[in-house]
Amino acid sequence: MSKAREAKAAKIRQLMETEGDAVGTSTRGFNEGRYQSVQTLDDYEGLKSEARAIKEDAIERLPELIDQLRETVESNGGTLYIADDAADANQYIREVCEDKEAERVVKSKSMTSEEIEVNEDLEAADIDVVETDLGEWVLQVADESPSHIVAPAIHKSREAIADLFNETFEPDEPLETAEELTMFAREQLGELIEGADVGMTGANFITADTGTMALVTSEGNARKTAVVPDTHVAVAGVEKVIPTVEDLRPFVELIGKSGTGQDITSYISLLTPPVESPTVDFDAPDTPLSATETDRDFHLVLIDNGRFDMREDDQLRETLYCIRCSACSNVCANFQHVGGHAFGGETYSGGIGTGWEAGVEGLDSAAEFNDLCTGCSRCTTACPVEIDIPWINTVVRDRVNRGEVSELDWLVEGLTPDEEPGGVSLQKRFFGNFETAAKVGSFFAPVSNWAAGLGVSRDIMERFLGIDARRELPAFQRETLKDWFENRTSRVDDPVRTAVLYPDVYTNHVQVERGKAAVRTLEALGVDVIVPDVRSSGRAPLSQGMIATAEDHAHDVYAGLAEHIDDGRDIVVIEPSDLAMFRTEYEKFLPEKSFERISEASYEVMEYVFGLLEHGADADALSTSEGEGVAYHSHCQQRTLGLEGHTEAVLSDLGYDVATSDVECCGMAGSFGYKSEYYELSVDVGSELQGQFQTDENRDRTVVASGTSCLEQLDSLLSRPTQHPIQLVAPRL
Amino acid sequence: MSTGTVATFEDSLERLEVGWTHASPDGLADVLEGLCSDQTIGVDLPYDGVDLPEWVNTDPTPADLHEANAGITAAGLGIADYGSVVVQGTPDGIEPVSLFGDLHVAVLRRSDIVPGMPEAFDWLGEEFRTGHSSAIIATGPSATADMGALVKGAHGPKEVHVVILDE
Repeated sequence: MSKAREAKAAKIRQLMETEGDAVGTSTRGFNEGRYQSVQTLDDYEGLKSEARAIKEDAIERLPELIDQLRETVESNGGTLYIADDAADANQYIREVCEDKEAERVVKSKSMTSEEIEVNEDLEAADIDVVETDLGEWVLQVADESPSHIVAPAIHKSREAIADLFNETFEPDEPLETAEELTMFAREQLGELIEGADVGMTGANFITADTGTMALVTSEGNARKTAVVPDTHVAVAGVEKVIPTVEDLRPFVELIGKSGTGQDITSYISLLTPPVESPTVDFDAPDTPLSATETDRDFHLVLIDNGRFDMREDDQLRETLYCIRCSACSNVCANFQHVGGHAFGGETYSGGIGTGWEAGVEGLDSAAEFNDLCTGCSRCTTACPVEIDIPWINTVVRDRVNRGEVSELDWLVEGLTPDEEPGGVSLQKRFFGNFETAAKVGSFFAPVSNWAAGLGVSRDIMERFLGIDARRELPAFQRETLKDWFENRTSRVDDPVRTAVLYPDVYTNHVQVERGKAAVRTLEALGVDVIVPDVRSSGRAPLSQGMIATAEDHAHDVYAGLAEHIDDGRDIVVIEPSDLAMFRTEYEKFLPEKSFERISEASYEVMEYVFGLLEHGADADALSTSEGEGVAYHSHCQQRTLGLEGHTEAVLSDLGYDVATSDVECCGMAGSFGYKSEYYELSVDVGSELQGQFQTDENRDRTVVASGTSCLEQLDSLLSRPTQHPIQLVAPRL
Repeated sequence: MSTGTVATFEDSLERLEVGWTHASPDGLADVLEGLCSDQTIGVDLPYDGVDLPEWVNTDPTPADLHEANAGITAAGLGIADYGSVVVQGTPDGIEPVSLFGDLHVAVLRRSDIVPGMPEAFDWLGEEFRTGHSSAIIATGPSATADMGALVKGAHGPKEVHVVILDE
């Protein structure tokens, strides 16, 4: 393994050991809470679309909204300052504090203030800065960085926090329970707030019409921070401005549910500063509030720091819609196992973190963790503003690729007929051009070590391509599905429909049996089948961030299928990741009409069988059962497309007793689990699925899974055989 | 307000483990006495003919805030779907009085309970456009899970009680 890959693997290994359990427990809890909480909404999807539309409009009209906001803030009696970058913002905030002769600033939680590192700047000017959010305070005491954008100390267990407090503060009685730790922190921080000179908050949203800011919190520290001192500084990115107070409503309903799975957080503070509430001057403890002269000062500091450039960037603009709820972190299988210390950059972490880091810090910071996004797409339906987060990760990967220089391109020369300009890592070029490797593999089959056929040993593959030697390589079949199909004749008289079975690379070269099973199943249900010679979908290069190559595939695939579609034939797809290309990503590559045609004509194979059975096809033509137990793992992208239930329904209708896994992803994710720097993480993620299929209830069930990757992962984790569900239901030979 | 909306509000409070009591204007003093111990602070209620009892300190100092066991304030609105109360930030100190005590008692007129967030934001939009400066949508007590388990009472009240004023 290369030194860089070994170092990355070692860092991931260490974080899995030290922080993985704590991060996993909390994020899985948040994620489960989200699924439950959104069910309380009458129209969850409609509310998300409403939120999305508000953000799209606000970013489109941002300069105008900022002008309006400046007027409202100033007429309210506050000041609005637009800071170009971190240094500009920090200088302004420092001057406000120095004008007040402030000795202590108390802060509520704000990611944007972490982005500009205002604490360090103020401390350098001898101003004491106290984080009052309990999680942030733990990190301030421990001198650590956040591992999650909402729950920053998520990586620390209760025991670790107790040790930290007991060592640092030496309380009379050692602290132990969460209750004791919380009450201790409340007391310490309460005193610090009471003596503070300036309160600094973030702002989740700011309305241009009234200058009202919304703060989404649960502890009450933001309320105290805003009401106790007479000076309030709010720091937020320019993208937080929305048009009206009424526009807050969908976000208020979505943010807690999406993030930590709470219907709503304890407090939504809606403040139009300077507020009318009396200040609480603990330096004059016996002067009634009614006799306190309240003269509040308010400064809203809106930060550009790259955001206006992001707004002009067609690919990164969507990032600005992000409301920092953390749903994309919590739903992410990889994040659940390593947390934000691996899956994060300078400030931001999780799926959308790549977009933020690329826009705010630059590509280098984004490149640090961008590859941890496997494109599983589970975050796309979790995101309350419908951001296509995997696409942003892919775009950033593409840009990072273009900035890299490789001197060993000869090694994959001939295997990589891609559209990339060079600079893409060898590892990515190899996996991105997997179709070519598969063709060579089938040519050399049944040589058991096909790599030997390529003249490349596993050692070389590991050293130069980063393909982990601990992974079993796919066994390419000599006779491809297309070869097999061409040597037989269709056996359907008077067919009800004609289906084009799309020969994806894996079905054609590796999992040939599932292709044959699909043909037999469709024919048994009265469907005439064609297996055409069409190029691979482009999923493989897309996963590596090779967008130009993927787009080239899309044009060829559409050209190869267009006449079939025009002739009224249905496109049936076995590999869910390829179906997801047709139904989702091709929208970026094809003309609108072409995308609509291929997207509407395409079906996942079990979805198609479901439809045939619904329309009267004879289920007895298939392999029925009287209660055979089946353990089913659907594919991540299939679940995102909403197609998990079709397989379950078909299996149940045919008499099988189905138990379905509920992990977000198997951990394999195409090439991810093959890469030596991620192999151990991949296995760690897979261990959850392994555990679910080895319980007393499930261990004797027949294992079926929809995706090639899932099957490969399950094969390596379980001792019993696996198959695609179509193989289970296909008529016996 | 329709019985259905009030029932939904009560169900939501139940789910949040927030206590509630109905009171008539005449019976309010007794209800409050049953809820609060000594060192109770409060802000005069904006409802005609409804006064806080004498034993409530309605002119607190910072020291009183620090020592308060309970704080009694009006709530401008109840939101049935969520069990939330809207606490307005007024010059007479509703915000600090509702925030510093271990118990916050929110006195809410039955007629001020709305079904959900759409109605609440229609009301809030009007509030902010007519010059009111702040409101907190408060749902249950303050809470944190930052110390390894959910704990009620982080920086704010550990307990909330809603008194529904039947007119």
